[in-house]
Amino acid sequence: MELIKPGTRIEFVKYRYAAMILSGTLILLSVLSLVIRGGPNYGIDFSGGILMQVKFFEPVKTGALRDALMNQGYGQVVVQQFGSPKESEFLVRVEKSETDLESLQGKMEGVLSETFGPKSMEVRRTEMVGPKVGAELRQKGLLAVLYAMIGILAYITWRFEFRFALGAILALIHDAVITIGVFSLLNKEIDLPIVAAILTIIGYSVNDTIVVFDRIRENMRKIRRQSIDKVVNVSINETLSRTLLTSLTTLVVVGSLFLLGGAVIHNFAFALIIGIVVGTYSSIYVASPVVILWEEVKSRTRKRQATNRVAARR
Amino acid sequence: MQRNLKWRFVLTGIVLCAALVYLVPTFSQNLPGWWDRYLPTDKVHLGLDLQGGIHLILEVEVQKAVESTVERMALDLKDSLRKKDIFYDTIERDGVSKLMIRGVSTSDRDRLEEALSEQYANMKLYPPQTGNRGVDFMLGLPDAEVSAIEQGAADQALETIRNRIDQYGVSEPTIQRESDNRILVQLPGVKDPERAIKLIGQTAVLEFKIVDDEHSLEAALQGKVPSGSEILYQRIFDPETNYSKRVPMLIRKRTLMTGDAIADARMEMGQDFNQPHVAIRFNPRGARLFDRIAAEHVNQRLAIILDGNVYSAPVIRQAHYGGRAVIEGSFTPEEAHDLAIVLRAGSLPAPVVIAEERTVGPSLGADSIRMGMVSVLVGGVLVLIFMGVYYRAAGLIADLSLSLNVFLVLATLVAFKATLSLPGIAGLVLTVGMAVDANVIIFERIREEMRVGKTPRAAIDSGYQNALSTILDANVTTMIAALVLFQFGTGPVKGFAVTLSIGVFWSVVLAMVFTREIFDYLVMVRRIKQISI
Repeated sequence: MELIKPGTRIEFVKYRYAAMILSGTLILLSVLSLVIRGGPNYGIDFSGGILMQVKFFEPVKTGALRDALMNQGYGQVVVQQFGSPKESEFLVRVEKSETDLESLQGKMEGVLSETFGPKSMEVRRTEMVGPKVGAELRQKGLLAVLYAMIGILAYITWRFEFRFALGAILALIHDAVITIGVFSLLNKEIDLPIVAAILTIIGYSVNDTIVVFDRIRENMRKIRRQSIDKVVNVSINETLSRTLLTSLTTLVVVGSLFLLGGAVIHNFAFALIIGIVVGTYSSIYVASPVVILWEEVKSRTRKRQATNRVAARR
Repeated sequence: MQRNLKWRFVLTGIVLCAALVYLVPTFSQNLPGWWDRYLPTDKVHLGLDLQGGIHLILEVEVQKAVESTVERMALDLKDSLRKKDIFYDTIERDGVSKLMIRGVSTSDRDRLEEALSEQYANMKLYPPQTGNRGVDFMLGLPDAEVSAIEQGAADQALETIRNRIDQYGVSEPTIQRESDNRILVQLPGVKDPERAIKLIGQTAVLEFKIVDDEHSLEAALQGKVPSGSEILYQRIFDPETNYSKRVPMLIRKRTLMTGDAIADARMEMGQDFNQPHVAIRFNPRGARLFDRIAAEHVNQRLAIILDGNVYSAPVIRQAHYGGRAVIEGSFTPEEAHDLAIVLRAGSLPAPVVIAEERTVGPSLGADSIRMGMVSVLVGGVLVLIFMGVYYRAAGLIADLSLSLNVFLVLATLVAFKATLSLPGIAGLVLTVGMAVDANVIIFERIREEMRVGKTPRAAIDSGYQNALSTILDANVTTMIAALVLFQFGTGPVKGFAVTLSIGVFWSVVLAMVFTREIFDYLVMVRRIKQISI
């Protein structure tokens, strides 16, 4: 069975300018969303506060829960439905930057217990992150993403050349920004597991990009007389089978996690899905065009230098 | 080549058997008796998000330990200066690590300097300044000493907390230093998180003071607190109204004895009303001290204070206690039990603040495992079917390799005692998807080579050869990301990084070695003419 017939020649490279516009738009939207919303929607891991996952044994409305907790002096209380709508399971989030968070948790449970009855609910999970730790994790997260990018850039420069590394890094940044942008647009929270997902996406996207680059490098040696964009196009077509297959299988697997893995891992799986799709796209339409552009600019400057030399001799 | 092949199969067999041995305890409840003696018995270690439990990061306020040391020094200095008849206005702590002696008369100045350089030679003596009430001296703890105190406080806090947890009885707790002044505590399977956290975080400073019966409590409550005394509160629980109230008491500030004097503490049930109380036994020095205090203050009330709260204030009726005493109060049996633990283990050298706390209930843990496993199975089966259909027989070989991949990852986790978390299960799922990649790269190459006209044998050889560098490059970058994640992540996220790294490693090994073996076997031993790929 063959998904892609050998000898397929889809003109990917021809559409690269259209793709650039698409990428540009997506990145612009992402940045706009972040600016308008005043930054990413940090979960308590990064902003500090309390998170409680509460399950009620009888149907309870979100509004009722919110009313019970409002006006108790806890500040901003966010109540969200969690999991399937049939079950009354909620995520309660309180973001307070003072340090007396320990007793706050107990007080909240007390209030809920009074309002709905102590036997009516089960606290499935609680998380409390002090503001200092939150700020530290934010910094660590940023550094982690930075280090990963530097490490990968170094590795690719060593194994290939700088022009390839440049393409790979731009593709990476493109993927990371768009993933965060989608989360921002949909107002989904970014917490530690999501940062882990972003790092995984970075690893996966580069994975993909390298397979294409490997082929481009091989073909550059084999096909000496063609222009760079034709070489790149051939390479993309040749690796298309593998690219599609791996993306497909990984998507199937992550999709299974997304649909069946439960609400706790849901956002994480969602981030991975976005990353895989965008990552595959970026290998073809961000990383490779950069290589083409580099080559074209270089050959243009070479030609210009040659003509200048000729002119100087006259 | 054929002998080489046999060795490869043998090696593979050994690795797989070892993996099997590591995994059996996780899946089988009844192990035969001889198993325990020679073979590993660990199960897969589940993270807190899968088995339920508490994760705490405690920050030891080491600065306060330095402050207490300076305050103790102030008390000692006051005593010794009084003995030497050197007068002063005030001696108090200034900032975290400095001591200020104010208002020394110029005539006493030299004597004081001498006394200070004798007794406190290790402290920094700043040049004395002339203030408006006399000469002011400032002493400072040297930086090395401050660090030593802070380190010591953190170490002691760690030991005390470990002691308390040991006595509380948690199976497989994790207690370790997280950084200079942070302690990580993980308690799997704890049923009552609030109680455990209270036990761990309590500073538990026990003090014995005398109740001030000479001055008026009402006047003090109005604001006129006599010097040398303070207002503290006692919590009294009224079983009829189910309400606790705070009763103020006027207590003399001076601490006569602390919890260091306690050698042992037990919870007991009282004779009269079956009320739980804590029976304490002093060490020999403490017993003597206690008797001396009792003799001095007969018929006065002795306040027993824990962390600034009065527990009880019984009247001292006799002068000899034989080193034993009883702490009564409005206790539940659990509270008395926990108080006994805390008195036995000792007080924390400095207060502890909870910087981070994550608690997962057991029901959520069980649900997470179930759903995680289901998604691995469903996703895995879909991929297996797909590979079989797309690559036919070769696909089935890849399928075998993928199944072994999951198997080997789990076994490696057990062997290294690594933790499996919910994101770790996601990592497993991801590994399955990405392990396919290595096989796909190789198979696509083989297809290409066969299209060009090579024999199956040659196609396989060059397929594997060309694919190697691509596979390595691609997976190294995933490893870099996983490594960074491992360094920076905590808890469940770390579990993800570990599972992903192990998964990538085995996927490369299996794709390059295992599937190769099978192909070689088919081509060389079975001498098949065509590969179904």
